Amino acid sequence: MPRYIITVNNKKKTVEVDEGTPLVWVLRDSLGLTGTKYGCGEGICGACTIHIDGKAERSCILSIEDVGESSITTIEGLVENPEYPIFKKWIELEVSQCGYCQPGQIMTLAALLQQNPKPSRKEIDDAMNSVLCRCGTYYRIKQAVDELVEEQS
Amino acid sequence: MKNLLKPTRREFIKVVGLSGSGLFLASYIPFQDVLAKAVDEPKIFTPNVYLRINSDGVVTIIFHRSELGQGVKTALPMLVAEELEVDWEKIVIEQSDADTKYGNQTTGGSTSIRLNYDPLRIAGATARVMLITAAASRWNVPPENCYAENGFVINKLNNEKLGYGELVEDASKLPVPKNVKLKDPKDFKLIGKRIHRIDTPDKIHGIAKFGIDIVIPGMYYAAVSRCPVFGGKVKSFDATKTKSLPGIKGVYQISRGVAVVADSTWRAFNGRDALEITWDYGKYANINSVDIHNELLKHSKEDGYEFEGKGDVNKKPEEGEQAIESIYEVPFLSHSPMEPMDCVAKVENGKAELWVPSQSPQDARTQVANALSISEEKVTAHITLMGGGFGRRHVNDYAVEAAEISKASGNPVKLTWTREEDTKFGWYRPPSMNVLKGSVSKDGKPLKFSHHVIAPSIIQMRFAPNLPPAQYDIKEGAVGLQYQIPNLRISGTTISTHVPISWYRSVYNSQNPFASECFIDELAHAANKDPYEFRRDMLPDDSRLKNVLIVAAEKSGWGTPLPKDKGRGIAIAECYESYNAQVAEITVESNKIKVDRYVVVVDCGVVVNPDIMEAQMQGAIAFALSGALKGEITIKNGGVEQSNFDDYEILTYNEMPKVEVYYIKNFYKVGGIGEVGMAACPPALCNAIFAATGKRIRKLPIHLS
Repeated sequence: MPRYIITVNNKKKTVEVDEGTPLVWVLRDSLGLTGTKYGCGEGICGACTIHIDGKAERSCILSIEDVGESSITTIEGLVENPEYPIFKKWIELEVSQCGYCQPGQIMTLAALLQQNPKPSRKEIDDAMNSVLCRCGTYYRIKQAVDELVEEQS
Repeated sequence: MKNLLKPTRREFIKVVGLSGSGLFLASYIPFQDVLAKAVDEPKIFTPNVYLRINSDGVVTIIFHRSELGQGVKTALPMLVAEELEVDWEKIVIEQSDADTKYGNQTTGGSTSIRLNYDPLRIAGATARVMLITAAASRWNVPPENCYAENGFVINKLNNEKLGYGELVEDASKLPVPKNVKLKDPKDFKLIGKRIHRIDTPDKIHGIAKFGIDIVIPGMYYAAVSRCPVFGGKVKSFDATKTKSLPGIKGVYQISRGVAVVADSTWRAFNGRDALEITWDYGKYANINSVDIHNELLKHSKEDGYEFEGKGDVNKKPEEGEQAIESIYEVPFLSHSPMEPMDCVAKVENGKAELWVPSQSPQDARTQVANALSISEEKVTAHITLMGGGFGRRHVNDYAVEAAEISKASGNPVKLTWTREEDTKFGWYRPPSMNVLKGSVSKDGKPLKFSHHVIAPSIIQMRFAPNLPPAQYDIKEGAVGLQYQIPNLRISGTTISTHVPISWYRSVYNSQNPFASECFIDELAHAANKDPYEFRRDMLPDDSRLKNVLIVAAEKSGWGTPLPKDKGRGIAIAECYESYNAQVAEITVESNKIKVDRYVVVVDCGVVVNPDIMEAQMQGAIAFALSGALKGEITIKNGGVEQSNFDDYEILTYNEMPKVEVYYIKNFYKVGGIGEVGMAACPPALCNAIFAATGKRIRKLPIHLS
């Protein structure tokens, strides 16, 4: 079986998986990083969003070969700092319901704000519109994003 | 919240040894274990199944329902803690397994709070009374001279205090009192407060374990191939290609298809996709959506079984009476929770152990026991967190599949469904057709109203083929209207369908009020009346529904002018003992609908946690809008056409309106909040579309143009 060395949350990890295995299953099954969720497998819902070199990507449509030497960050990496403003805001506003999509929501927003602390309304909408939530926490996500952007500026 | 380990078996044994026959004894503890007392282990006070206190003062509250996002893992323990008088920040909340000792564990019908509001407060109060009695006896004062607060019993005479932990042993020896006095609502410290949810940090930090995240030692991964036509079965299959793939551990025929077991999820999926299966499609392979529509249409000509009647809807029209008639129709819908179906099962030595994200975990035990031909006592069901449910997880088909695969393969397995399987093998919200007829007098007063519901019945299709018509579930949300209309008839006709149907958030309340509340709007316009005033004037003065309607009109600015292309719509509904009014405000430009704002006013009696209640209302608006604007499951050649979120779309971030939630503060009997927001949402939207465009929407999902 092919062997790959990938960098996840600043640590080198060796995984043995078949060629073409989607990153989401490498993270979840091989590395036990289950904070990254499987939702659709087609890059539609965003539940599996992670960062590749700081950019939000869908881990269900990236295969292990696509990763190369890029630096992968998962929700487990982000939470190494639990005081990160997004987490605090999410708790303050009680954004989460079932919580399944929330790591994807947070990873998407974190990438946006890390690249651009003062995103425009359109940039926010374009980024966040691509992450689905069936519980309908969007209203509170909007409140949280607006307050975070306001506080950063 | 302390994160403590469950007490060890030995700790529990020690308590049982101490507590004597007056207290609850866990029935699964063998007698010889009861005798095995250990000297230095902590003692535990367990006056009932919902809580325990150990001698170091740690209070554990048992959560016996399912948490699928609706917040009951916080709200139910609040009820126990309120009466127990403990420090909320220090309690431990523990998820129970499925067990009949907890009574009904089915999380559905907005019953978690409704059915447990009294029992859980009684559970907490009982323990409090026993702890006070134990302290009073130690101080040799009457219990009336003591009170409980923050995990201590306090002697009013001298302010001496004893922690609950210090009283565990004495309290365990006391008989469990009956008829304990509950707190006066004015003294509530937790109920009615915006207590933070206990599950939020772990969920947003990616630590929380949903069903799909469970890993147990020796576990393999499984995937199943099922017949694309409902009712079809495997004729034969060839697993040669599958078995040639790496990591495949076995291929097994199970009752619903063919299962592949592998050493990873991805390999199980690939192995499944490589199967060559010949299906016996069965007798429904030619059924298409149009056939189901035609069946509904055929029965729409009938009168239906009369659930409710008053006056005579067929009475000769009076002079100037204006009659109208409309047909409303809704499609199948899929629940599509973000976490697809999954279950971990370990079947060995005639026993089964499940880690199952189920809304009906007791039923999961029953179904798995039946499938494996073992007794229910041999099935342990651990309830996991679940990534949404909305009714889908009442049907434990995925648990049965996992158990069958584990038994066949001889290994513990985690079965994971793909999104495509979740979409194609659901238990759908039934479609319906609704014939509405009504009339108004010359001076605009309502005279006649009839609603004939034609739909498949979930109870009839799944449980009771000979269900008496009076018990048809399809009447839910159609009967019991509070409008005072002199001539009224509510009737129903059930049809059968081969498509699996089940309870979807708010069940028939997701469709009947859409028809009736849109039609009431039509009647208001026929009467040349304002739709709000027309409703208000038909409701009795003491009606809680009338009250929420009036508040909604006020809060929304009903009647104030709106710019061109905008419209407001209003609707009301009663659902699971709660009363709701909604006003939708929308913009329509080039036939595109933008939902700007919803004003939601709810009277659900006691509100246990206002923040969670508001979240449920906001969520219900999103869920109902998904159905009204986008949702449609169609049938082609006997199976579901849609497969993923690209062809079964749900509401997105940009489409979410502003939602303002208001509630009526009172201490009436507690009503449900998880579903009530679903009912009035689609009709308020469609009535707003009419106000903005003059187009009357009578079929969901909405297609303008």
